[in-house]
Amino acid sequence: MKSIGVLMTCHMDSYLEQELEKRFNLLRFWTATEKSTFLATHKNSIRAVVGNAFGGADAELIESLPKLEIVASFSVGLDKIDLAKCKEKGIRVTNTPDVLTDDVADLSIGLMLAVLRKLCESDRYVRSDKWKKGDYTLTTKFTGKTVGIIGLGRIGMAVAKRAEAFSCPIHYYSRTEKPETKYKYYPSVVELAANCDILVVACSLTEETRHIIDREVIDALGRKGVLINVGRGRHVDEPELVSALVECRLGGAGLDVFEHEPEVPEELFGLDNVVLLPHVGTGTVETRQAMADLVIGNLEAHFQKKPLLTPVV
Amino acid sequence: MAPHNNSYPSQHDLPNVLILKLPPSFVIFGEHFFDSAKFRFLKAYESSLPLPQFLLAHAQSVQAILSSGGAPVTADTICLLPNLRLVVTTSQGLNHIDLSECRRRGIAVAGAGTIFSADCADSVVELLIDVLRKVSAANRFVKQGLWSSQGDYPLGSKLGGKRVGIVGLGNIGSEVAKRLEAFGCSISYNSRNKKPSVPYAFYPNVGELAANCDALIICCALTDETYHLINKEVLSALGKDGVIINIARGPIVDEKELVRCLVEGEIRGAGLDVFEHEPDVPHELFALDNVVMSPHNAVFTRESFEDLRKIVVGNLEAFFSNEPLLTAVNLDDQPHFSG
Repeated sequence: MKSIGVLMTCHMDSYLEQELEKRFNLLRFWTATEKSTFLATHKNSIRAVVGNAFGGADAELIESLPKLEIVASFSVGLDKIDLAKCKEKGIRVTNTPDVLTDDVADLSIGLMLAVLRKLCESDRYVRSDKWKKGDYTLTTKFTGKTVGIIGLGRIGMAVAKRAEAFSCPIHYYSRTEKPETKYKYYPSVVELAANCDILVVACSLTEETRHIIDREVIDALGRKGVLINVGRGRHVDEPELVSALVECRLGGAGLDVFEHEPEVPEELFGLDNVVLLPHVGTGTVETRQAMADLVIGNLEAHFQKKPLLTPVV
Repeated sequence: MAPHNNSYPSQHDLPNVLILKLPPSFVIFGEHFFDSAKFRFLKAYESSLPLPQFLLAHAQSVQAILSSGGAPVTADTICLLPNLRLVVTTSQGLNHIDLSECRRRGIAVAGAGTIFSADCADSVVELLIDVLRKVSAANRFVKQGLWSSQGDYPLGSKLGGKRVGIVGLGNIGSEVAKRLEAFGCSISYNSRNKKPSVPYAFYPNVGELAANCDALIICCALTDETYHLINKEVLSALGKDGVIINIARGPIVDEKELVRCLVEGEIRGAGLDVFEHEPDVPHELFALDNVVMSPHNAVFTRESFEDLRKIVVGNLEAFFSNEPLLTAVNLDDQPHFSG
């Protein structure tokens, strides 16, 4: 399989690169000085694209690769892949579900705790060497707070299971009601926001869910509400969120994703009720390796004409 | 003028509750936080008299003390108060109270009960996720504007599947276990006594527990037996991939040894809410990204303080009405801390 060209869209993981290089002719798209020339040179050897949350396979890329057979995404999210175009051209698509569910759910709870209990600020205070007895700040208890989840898929359910261990009542919004879960369903995101203390975005990014967190939802969540986003930056109307936080109309936010990563609105840097992470929802050695193994497994299965492990298309 | 009778006690008729030092609750909420119509406070810290003289002056009238973690109730204090029958503390820990002397004198002690357990357990989970997933360090990284210039942040370690070892499976330890099980952690513990009804693996000593876990969580009381319980041998058994979380008391850990292990990379990381000599914290820790620290504030939430107010006032009112205390400590079951 060493002659098969695999185009990796951006630098994503050293282990993945090394394993791909052992098996295929790995072409690193991000190192090309002139992208269109690069594609023209290699277009007849590229039979696979490996993408991720930052760089996938849009219509333009797909059209420029006549021999493309499979897009294997190093993510569970598919928002950077033109699925319709892939279906049209008979190109297979795979992603990395399940192996990353735990890490994303763990981080969601970690963000909730960090925002409510202000651990990052506590740590900063101790590190400043200014701790003196008699200096007290009160924060907000997490146990028992109502958690509202947008999207009750794998990640949403994993968040719910963890939050329940903290006696948090679970409310949710989903495309369809899930009566088997016994969680309280709300037919709209605004109503969900008005009826929870902490709102978590755990759905996939599609045309329908773009800016699902808008001014109306932020207002409903309110001065004591907290927003946690471990989905995609574009789930949130970012300028609206920033002004709500700066103007204290929203209680706090824990954000792992942003509309224009790695750019993060600087107005948020000084806010002690906001925790900002550099898209590390799946950022553990264990999970990235499991994701990489799935990408490799899917590519090998495809080129060996075996059933794909985690096909989407 | 209304006739003087027992239904309308004047301030001077109300029984005294002695407060030795200004409690954190008063600092945050003001000095009426524990007010009640059934008793009044005698504030030693407001007097210009040295404490022993103050106690001598008020010895006969004091039946109860309201203590907080920073206001020890020593044998010396107790012996100056012949009518003392109750100590109420606002803290979870009891190590600042001479429990042996209380038992000897027949003085009841009322603690925080279980009101702080949820917040303590939440703090453990928060510290553990932060250390493993580098939350505070990554937040610093982003807020310093480094993401766009320096690119990807180093990978953390998955919480799911980690073996968690709890030192002290009391109420707080049990709440920690319940939470971490939901994250896919396996739980084992060491406690003074094995608990037969509990589904977790028991290790008879802390060294063995440390050798068989990835995250060692300190949830026990500070007593003579647990002073420096976490020492060089235990930390070595915990090993290079191990994490330690301490929300109990600083002196349970040999801090010098812990700092050395962290600086030399002999353990993976630490989450610490407590230190041996608060508010002093070893400066070597400030440069370490694998250490997360908080200023002994695991229970400092609005909700817990409201629960505390109810329980302190409730215990004192019950005492002065000759009713059972809400959260009496069983002194026969409490090991001593010599301090």
